[in-house]
Amino acid sequence: MIEEIIFAIGFIILAPFIGALIGGIDRKVTARMQGRVGPPVLQPLYDIFKLFEKEKAVVRNEVNFYIFSYLIFVVFTGALFFSGGDILLVIFALTLAHAFLILGAYAAVSPYSHVGAERELLQLMAVEPMLILAATGFYMATGSFAVKDIALWPEPVVLTIPLIFVGIVYVLTIKLRKSPFDLATTHHAHQELVKGLTTEFAGPTLGMVEIAHLYETVFFLGIVWLFFASMPWVGLAAVIVVYFLEILVDNTTTRVRWQVMLRSAWLVALVAGAINLGVLALL
Amino acid sequence: MELLVFLILFPALAALLFCILPNGRLRDTMVILVSAIIIAATLYLFVLFAGAGTVYFDIDGGMISQIMTGLEVVISAGLLYLAAKYRQYIIAALVVVQLGVVLYAESLMHGTVALNNLFIDPFSVIMAMIIGIIGSLICIYSVGYMRDYHEHHGDMPDKRRWFFALLFVFLAAMFGVVFSNSLFWLFFFWEVTTLCSFLLIGYSWDEQARKNAFWALLLNLIGGLGFAFTFVWAGLTDPSGGLVMMDTLLAAGPAVAMIPAALIGFAGLTKAAQMPFSSWLVGAMIAPTPVSALLHSSTMVKAGVYVIVRFAPIYDASMVGYIISLVGGVTFLLASGIAISQSNAKKVLAYSTIANLGLVVACAGIGTYAAVWAAILLIIFHAVAKSLLFLSVGTVEHKIGSRDIEDMTGLLGRLPKIALMMMIGIAGMFLAPFGMLISKWAALLAFLDAQYGFILILLLAFGSAVTVFFWTKWMGKLVEVAWKPEPLEVKISTQEYTALVPLTVLMVAVCIGFPLLSSYLVVPYVFGIYGMAATLGQANTIIMVMMVFMVLVMPLTLLYFRKDRKILPHYVGGRPATPDMHFKGSIGVQRPVALGNYYLSEYFGEERLSHIGNGLCIAFIAMIAVALLMGVGL
Repeated sequence: MIEEIIFAIGFIILAPFIGALIGGIDRKVTARMQGRVGPPVLQPLYDIFKLFEKEKAVVRNEVNFYIFSYLIFVVFTGALFFSGGDILLVIFALTLAHAFLILGAYAAVSPYSHVGAERELLQLMAVEPMLILAATGFYMATGSFAVKDIALWPEPVVLTIPLIFVGIVYVLTIKLRKSPFDLATTHHAHQELVKGLTTEFAGPTLGMVEIAHLYETVFFLGIVWLFFASMPWVGLAAVIVVYFLEILVDNTTTRVRWQVMLRSAWLVALVAGAINLGVLALL
Repeated sequence: MELLVFLILFPALAALLFCILPNGRLRDTMVILVSAIIIAATLYLFVLFAGAGTVYFDIDGGMISQIMTGLEVVISAGLLYLAAKYRQYIIAALVVVQLGVVLYAESLMHGTVALNNLFIDPFSVIMAMIIGIIGSLICIYSVGYMRDYHEHHGDMPDKRRWFFALLFVFLAAMFGVVFSNSLFWLFFFWEVTTLCSFLLIGYSWDEQARKNAFWALLLNLIGGLGFAFTFVWAGLTDPSGGLVMMDTLLAAGPAVAMIPAALIGFAGLTKAAQMPFSSWLVGAMIAPTPVSALLHSSTMVKAGVYVIVRFAPIYDASMVGYIISLVGGVTFLLASGIAISQSNAKKVLAYSTIANLGLVVACAGIGTYAAVWAAILLIIFHAVAKSLLFLSVGTVEHKIGSRDIEDMTGLLGRLPKIALMMMIGIAGMFLAPFGMLISKWAALLAFLDAQYGFILILLLAFGSAVTVFFWTKWMGKLVEVAWKPEPLEVKISTQEYTALVPLTVLMVAVCIGFPLLSSYLVVPYVFGIYGMAATLGQANTIIMVMMVFMVLVMPLTLLYFRKDRKILPHYVGGRPATPDMHFKGSIGVQRPVALGNYYLSEYFGEERLSHIGNGLCIAFIAMIAVALLMGVGL
């Protein structure tokens, strides 16, 4: 019990810094790929600090409530995951968090944030099946939904559910808001003026969204790691490879229409889920 | 025993009273009084029987059965008259065949010394609470709603006496359904609910209402015919009539009871509006809103899933059960999909009911202890959330003059209280940590252990993603509050509040109290049948309850966020915009911003998906029929 609480608190304290570091390296690598020098590695942190120094300006008071709830539930999701909780509950908590983010965008009542909210919803709908199927896959591989039990499983789970892993990597692009699936909002400079569902957020409000994103990044990479948990260092290598792959895809693709995103994500989930879980069930 | 009989007879007798009383204060007061008595009686029932396990009651059924048969003949005659008058020949044929089948089956059985006609167990207690409390609250709500309704529809003949009488007959019949151990009795009450829903759907009796009412009647009569054949089977198998008792039948096990379980399951599918029979429930939207609320939350469709859940132990690990699950699973996915393409709030609710019942049916068909546990939780949460949603939509409809979700933009500003209740209801339908989600979690667990369960898991995973989409966008519409809304919350009748507020409280209460609900009512029932029971696990329960509290406490942060904030105009891509969202368009014209939601009808169109669903489910049901005829898969 104590151990679990330590892990949860560790996540709550460290995740934003790790996330910022990952984000900083991401920007550096991206810049190199584009023949630029790029900002300092700690730039994401500087950005967030700056946001909190700004005037507390909003278009609607309620927006802050929704965004704060989003942040809290993202943190809760990650803490639940890293303390070894039930992975299905983790996924449901994440959905709840995103529902708050979307409501925040709706509550801003502005065309850009409205369209962003709808797109975020599409992204949520595109990703959800794969996440639930991944949880199922973990269960079928290890006999437990508890992240703790899955992490302590003696063999790498990825060997039992390789297709589920591929599916997760695919939807990770959507969750990390990377091209070609950065429909709702993105971190690219050319997009920052009209930034999807966050268009109407400013100052500390936007800062909360950014912090939540850091937590989410760490959480999702944690899921990737979980596939290799029995070999922690291999897991770390896998996380690095996967993230590098995401950067590469981000820099070599252009944004697609939502139809392509939804169809492809569902198709991947269906194929990966049906084949992998089907084989496991029949064996 | 007296209490059970009271709950069946009292609403029925009250109905007679409402046939006589004229419209006015006296009747309104009486409706509220009768409803309050039913609620009190239901609570008393809970106190008496919640921990009592299964209790059977001996009633000398001879006389009562004769009265029921007599009433059946009278009802059939009435239906034949209506069918002939409106040239519904198929319905006439069905009525005649059904009556013939029942009378023939009765002639097969001789010397029936039927005992234990009535019974109560924890599952009946749950159902009785849903019927008694939620059903009665809907009746109270109707008092205010129907007054408004007839003000809005001045040209329509005021048949409110008839309306209230039917509501209470409906409740009486539902109590009968859940307390009957004799399948003959259950069938009688079953047919009464069909009749009540037919008459209530056709309340306005204009052309459209009549058409939809007859359609509902037709599909439910087909189901009823399936039910009636059970008696022929029972009569041929055991002429002493012992198999007509539900407990005997269930105890006989799958080897004996598979055929009646399949037939009753089929009847349940029609009543629970599963594909391909779902169209009647969508058509039933034509009725006044309280009727919809009643049909969706505490009567009719709940009777359908009730019998399927009752027979779940028979379905356990059988092919018939698995195929029934597939019907439910496919219905869950496709009906949820159709809900995306609908902007009519009542239609969204209708399709989501069909979808959720699909999930219940999927669980019940699997028939393991974990699945039954999930199914019952689903029934409870669905009943509370749906009644709340229907009633709030009904109230909103009368205030803004539309039931279209697009017209509910910014409702949280215009009708804050009602919109908040609506938000709570919606959250209850799909968001963690609320009820429906717990049930989905449980359903997933149940499917995992079933053979070929992964197909159901695929259906659940996609279906669940789809529900997130249509509920969240609805919530989004409600929170899109334009600058200075005009409050509309005047003249909402007390009766409407009297129903809405308790339902909201109930919604929150079942979310917080679901561990108690589970361990005091659901687990004892499941344990009583299977000797095993599923639970959520203590750690998960704590996490769920923690989340409920977090969600409830969160709004307090608004107090902080209201302080020293600077409200700025929108960015709108740099265009000058006014606070109430008008922006400067070309040639200097001010234009209002109009924001619409996605409906994706190209992908989730009603026609397209219902064709697929009906086709698949007809094929599944045909498979069950073939399997039974060939005697395999038992």
